[in-house]
Amino acid sequence: MVNSKDHWKAWLYLSPAIVLLLIFTVWPIINTVRMSLLEGYSGLKAASGASFEFGLGNFVKVIKYRKFLTCLQNTVLLCLWTVPISTILALLIAVALNSIKFLQKALQTVFFLPYVTNSIAIGMVFAAMFNIVGSFYGTENEIVVTAGIINNIIEFFGGSRVNWINYGSTYTANMVVMIVYIVWNALPFKILILLGGLQAINKQYYEAARVDSTPRWRVFTRITVPLVSPMLAYVIITGFIGGFKEYTSIVGIFGETMGPPNDGGRLNTMVGFIYDSLSNNSQGRASAAALILFGIILVVTLINLWVSKKRVHY
Amino acid sequence: MEKQVVMSARKYRAQFLRQKGGKALSLFGVYFFLILMALVVLFPFYWMLISSVKTLEEYRLSVPTFWPRVLMLENYLTAFTTAKLGRLFMNTMIVGLVSTILSLFITILTAFAFARLEFKGKELLFAALLATMMIPGELFTITNYGTVTAFGWKNTYTVLIVPFLVSVFYIYLLRQSFLQIPNELYLAAKVDGTKDWKYLWKVMVPLSLPTLISITILKMMGAWNSYIWPRLVANDDAHRLITNGLRSAFTDTTGDVNYPVQMAAVALVSAPLFLVFVFLRKYIMTGVSRSGIKG
Repeated sequence: MVNSKDHWKAWLYLSPAIVLLLIFTVWPIINTVRMSLLEGYSGLKAASGASFEFGLGNFVKVIKYRKFLTCLQNTVLLCLWTVPISTILALLIAVALNSIKFLQKALQTVFFLPYVTNSIAIGMVFAAMFNIVGSFYGTENEIVVTAGIINNIIEFFGGSRVNWINYGSTYTANMVVMIVYIVWNALPFKILILLGGLQAINKQYYEAARVDSTPRWRVFTRITVPLVSPMLAYVIITGFIGGFKEYTSIVGIFGETMGPPNDGGRLNTMVGFIYDSLSNNSQGRASAAALILFGIILVVTLINLWVSKKRVHY
Repeated sequence: MEKQVVMSARKYRAQFLRQKGGKALSLFGVYFFLILMALVVLFPFYWMLISSVKTLEEYRLSVPTFWPRVLMLENYLTAFTTAKLGRLFMNTMIVGLVSTILSLFITILTAFAFARLEFKGKELLFAALLATMMIPGELFTITNYGTVTAFGWKNTYTVLIVPFLVSVFYIYLLRQSFLQIPNELYLAAKVDGTKDWKYLWKVMVPLSLPTLISITILKMMGAWNSYIWPRLVANDDAHRLITNGLRSAFTDTTGDVNYPVQMAAVALVSAPLFLVFVFLRKYIMTGVSRSGIKG
């Protein structure tokens, strides 16, 4: 039906994409592997004619580097907290939304709102909410002008104010702020996907459960969860992939210092580490870190797929 | 005998009422939970808007006010001038529009080739394209930074547009939508002597309009929210994009900050996204549910 003379036509259609992909996708893949295997590779030094030895030095150095370990720890901790919390919360909200009629559309729109925001811009709003306005924190003559709305709310309920993100704040307090913000940001996408899955479930299953007067909890664990498990697996996998690439939400709250003023870089992540190395002209180190990040994402995704193959029904 | 019937009828009635009561109670619980969560979700937006119109004195009260005493709309003017938002808006619009148009054009051509044309290695090439989607973008950035520097593209609009024109995900999305158009239509057009090119633009593109609109919105939102790449390669006043400009105009996040002005700037930057959302909610939601971006 199609003669081979037509082949060149297809390639003509493909050509703009192929040229761009070769320059900006294929070459970077090859080059990243190359740079990561040249010990101490630096673009600046390479330009002035230096040569580099072949070896695994970059990887060894990156893994032993204390800063990298901090970044890895932050990234993993954020993932392990935010993915389960946001997934469970999103599932509960989606199930609740699915069970009502009145106000369903309006609430669905409200829950989607955080998606259409800029994570830097709204990060600045969260910073304002958690920030203590004043000066000289952690010293004897500290002046607090206003403790910030979150602290006001905590104090209203009888708690005591927490130094969330200011000078001298603790790592735990910083992480709590980040977890709250990332969960808030991650909810809309998960709710959208899970609600879509719930609405596709055949109503007959629920009818049958009602005839047998199955308790609600059992309906949830034995019907709802198994039948949305493909969507659950999907939001968990994309959640982990997004979580391992966390960076801009931290810039939104803490700015480029990536930590409270007295301890910059404390909350840096894997992606932040890659960009720092790039700005220092250490392309070898950046490439090695990027390949490690890719490896981690690949392994986590494969584990998730393997688990979901066993657990995901139908 | 009769007594027994009455008894069991009563029992059923009681059970029925209990169930109904339980149902009403649980429905109340569901609404309570949803409305509470909705308030939590909405609170940052409320706080942003309310703070943006307060005077600095009012913002700094130790007991916060939940409704501004005086509307300080000048904050918006101050924000607009201090952050030079006009220039940032313009830069972002230029980059967003040009990259969307070019990207749509390339995506349409590529998706058409994969959906309708025949060539050697089609399946293999498509699989290879999909595989690149797994690789984190940072891996490309390292080399691309060097490439665009070598091309002399730093601090131009080109550097913000060209490297991201091809999106494998958009190609995938549009190919799926093209494949849904019956092949008979294509064959009939061929018999009539319609050229591929004409068929693509007169039949396939109009029929795939919803997907194309979704792609347009996602691409524009991408330009609006991009931060890392623009900061790296075009951080001069003439080409800075909105997100980067906002962050660098207000570097201090903690301490004694003029929050009302900062919140006004944030509100101005967020407003266009909300407007787009209000008018094109359906396209955004369907586009996003198929994408998986921003986990």
